[in-house]
Amino acid sequence: MQYILLIYLLIAFGIFLIPGWLKKYVGIMLAFVQAVFFVFFFSKISEVANGNSISTILYWIPQLGLNLEFSLTGLSLAFALLITGIGALVFLYAAAYMKGYEGTDKFYFYLFLFGGAMLGLVLSGNLIQLFIFWELTSFLSFLLISFFHKKETSRKAAFQSLFVTAFGGLLLLSGFVLLGSVAGSYSVADWVTDADKIKSSGLYLPGLLLILTGAFTKSAQFPFHFWLPGAMQAPTPVSAYLHSATMVKAGVFLLALLNPVLGGTMEWTYIITLVGVITMFLGAYFSITQTDLKGILAYTTISALGILVMLIGIDTKLSIKAAILFLFVHAFYKAALFMVAGMIDKKTGTRDLAKLGGLYRFMPLTFVISVLALLSMAGLPPMLGFLGKELIYEAKVQSPGIASLVLILGVGGNTLMVAVSMYFMFKVFLGKQGAYPKLPNEKGWLFMFGPAVLALLSLLFGLSPGVLGDSMVEPAFSSIRKEMIDVELKLWHGFNDVFLLSLLTVALGMGVFIIALTKKQFLVKWRGINRRVFTIKFTDIFVQVLDGFLSFAARNTKRIQHGYHRFYILTVILFASAFLWSQVYITRNWVLDSHFSLNPFYISGLIVIIVCSTLYATLTQSRIATIIGMGVIGYGISLIYLYYSAVDLAITQILVETLIVVMFVLVLQRLPRFAVLSSRLTRLRDLMIALTFGSVMTVLAIKALHVEFSHPISDLMVQNSKVNAFGQNVVNVILVDFRALDTLGEVTVLVIAAMGVFVLLKTRKT
Amino acid sequence: MNSVILQLAAKYIRALLVFFAFVALLRGHNQPGGGFIGGLLAALSIVYYSFAFDRQKIRKQLTIKPEGYIALGLLIILLSFLPSIIQGETLMKGIWISIPLYPLEELKLGTPLLFDIGVFMAVIGITLLFFFTLTKSR
Repeated sequence: MQYILLIYLLIAFGIFLIPGWLKKYVGIMLAFVQAVFFVFFFSKISEVANGNSISTILYWIPQLGLNLEFSLTGLSLAFALLITGIGALVFLYAAAYMKGYEGTDKFYFYLFLFGGAMLGLVLSGNLIQLFIFWELTSFLSFLLISFFHKKETSRKAAFQSLFVTAFGGLLLLSGFVLLGSVAGSYSVADWVTDADKIKSSGLYLPGLLLILTGAFTKSAQFPFHFWLPGAMQAPTPVSAYLHSATMVKAGVFLLALLNPVLGGTMEWTYIITLVGVITMFLGAYFSITQTDLKGILAYTTISALGILVMLIGIDTKLSIKAAILFLFVHAFYKAALFMVAGMIDKKTGTRDLAKLGGLYRFMPLTFVISVLALLSMAGLPPMLGFLGKELIYEAKVQSPGIASLVLILGVGGNTLMVAVSMYFMFKVFLGKQGAYPKLPNEKGWLFMFGPAVLALLSLLFGLSPGVLGDSMVEPAFSSIRKEMIDVELKLWHGFNDVFLLSLLTVALGMGVFIIALTKKQFLVKWRGINRRVFTIKFTDIFVQVLDGFLSFAARNTKRIQHGYHRFYILTVILFASAFLWSQVYITRNWVLDSHFSLNPFYISGLIVIIVCSTLYATLTQSRIATIIGMGVIGYGISLIYLYYSAVDLAITQILVETLIVVMFVLVLQRLPRFAVLSSRLTRLRDLMIALTFGSVMTVLAIKALHVEFSHPISDLMVQNSKVNAFGQNVVNVILVDFRALDTLGEVTVLVIAAMGVFVLLKTRKT
Repeated sequence: MNSVILQLAAKYIRALLVFFAFVALLRGHNQPGGGFIGGLLAALSIVYYSFAFDRQKIRKQLTIKPEGYIALGLLIILLSFLPSIIQGETLMKGIWISIPLYPLEELKLGTPLLFDIGVFMAVIGITLLFFFTLTKSR
């Protein structure tokens, strides 16, 4: 399986190598590649049918529990088939849609790479690896939304979606790390075996909340749903592929994947179900007042994602079954509808509902396809959508705890879905001919192929659902619930309460639709009410929070990074002395035991010289004299080194001191005349600071002599120097062998300092 | 500065300093010296020389610029890690080979020496970079 991902990567880069005359066919070729992988995954169905999985593991950093684990289970197979299958259709569609745009190479590159990343995500058996692919899909989604980067709205929407999903991604990672510390591993398989340990640990709730937030941001759940309508700025193939069929379902995938580990608790059921049900209703509620074709589809997608999340939250056998089925239902009809919407946009030049109408005259085939897809969306027989909806109602009736709320909102949401489907059909295809910018036609089989296939699949699977049930739902179910069931899907469920609910939904939906169509002012008023009741715009809040944060950061940066070098140094020194003094105070129980002696007399003399030149250097009025005084101090210290037979140190000190004096003298030529400019008070302050810091360093130096370690490490170095490192000069052996890493670090620091000086002095001139 | 005495002396002193720099570098493993000291000595030779002549002209005449010395030094340091990686040992473990040189004593060469040469080069570069940038006349 790792080879598949590798092939994806290679082909993605290969797109740039395709010669000019072949460019027209890039989309078709990539569609072919996707189709080949689709067939490959299709052939694996029998292997994972009985809850088996195909796993491979590549060791990457086993010490940290980071391995590349790939595992093809029923669940990941279902997603892989969607990714490659719908991917193939979308690429065909893109070949027609992207004609005439600039930078299609880049577009195909991102889109194909996304396919690979998404496959990587669903095939991951290691959570850190999954996170990497997760972020990769967020990032590619960002690049794709901003494909028309010359439009400001595109850039804003792209940034917003990246910000929300990447923010969720980071929470996800912290959740993984938190629970990974409980399980001691990041492998999904290990988590499943340790599920009870994870659930009973105190970190369960915070970890769960973090992971859930990550999944909710990705799957556009309330209150993070606002990025998805914005993402409709992307070219339509992207909306069809990323923002309806695959990427936004990554959150759902994650919830399903972790269901055996984290599921089955009160927290899991209530949080997920509640968030899902709210999202479901709000999505449907807002979809009906949209005027943009893609806007309608975006909000119904949010609603569908809410349904999926809610079903996983309810967490019964039936609900999981319904979730898997609905995954396919939604992917089929929504991708088809997106492609149709994009086609209408292309052919007529508008996506505005007000300007559309009567399209059946020009696009009869499109009309048929749309009717099939919309029937599925409305959940009417004989489409697959009907089955999905029936099953969902059954699951809702059984949902524990908050069944009544789920059911009421569910009926409400579905009613609106029915209404919006009808409304879409009538406004776009039936009625009077609209005032579109150009007269549409139906040329181009590439446009039609994808939606036609998907709409037909919706119909076929609706008529004979057993095929889908056996080949897809059963394996996926067994890999989520770790048990086997026999999935029997039937179109006709008998005359029961669920069917009554369906009838009620349809009747209500029709009612809403008829009112919306006949009373022109109805929707306008509704929009007005929405504007008044839902004054909170999530997008605006997002922008406000971000702006507020930025200005907060700017204010603080101005305060801390004021640009006065002397105060930076002042701050550093003051804090350092405060810490050092407190350290000295806390460990004050050492006794000063030193036997002062003035022998040998030349060392005592040297010290007198050093002290004198120190005083001279601080008190003199001449800069040159100060530098010479400092030089004397340095040489004096090096002589002391020499006396205590630290020859290397002494040589180095002498050389460095010489260099410093030379350089200072040369720099001095360029400074203005020496003058005292600072006030008496400032100088007094500086004196105090200097005394505080100097004294603490002195105390530390004296204290260092009195601290005794049980085994000085120097003994070890001296013993091993000749034997193991073949050197008699211990200092050098330490530098180049025992502590070579430290030396490397020091050299690097010096290099950076030198570069810093170089750059600073160079830029000042210009 | 245009002192003939200084200029003449500088030529000899430079040669002497370079010689001692190499001596310090090579004997460093057993006696006082080493790459850091050697590097400082070598840098001093150039500093001293540029005292007697025009600094910026000297800078231009350097075959390897200070930045080049730094890069070279870091590169050699990295190279010295290679043998330990190839032999599958812990990174930076000293690897020694001995070259028999009859009738003299055998010559022992090891990665620590290579490392020291890297430090030597880097120190030359760093010092010269400091020196030339700080003392650049406007």
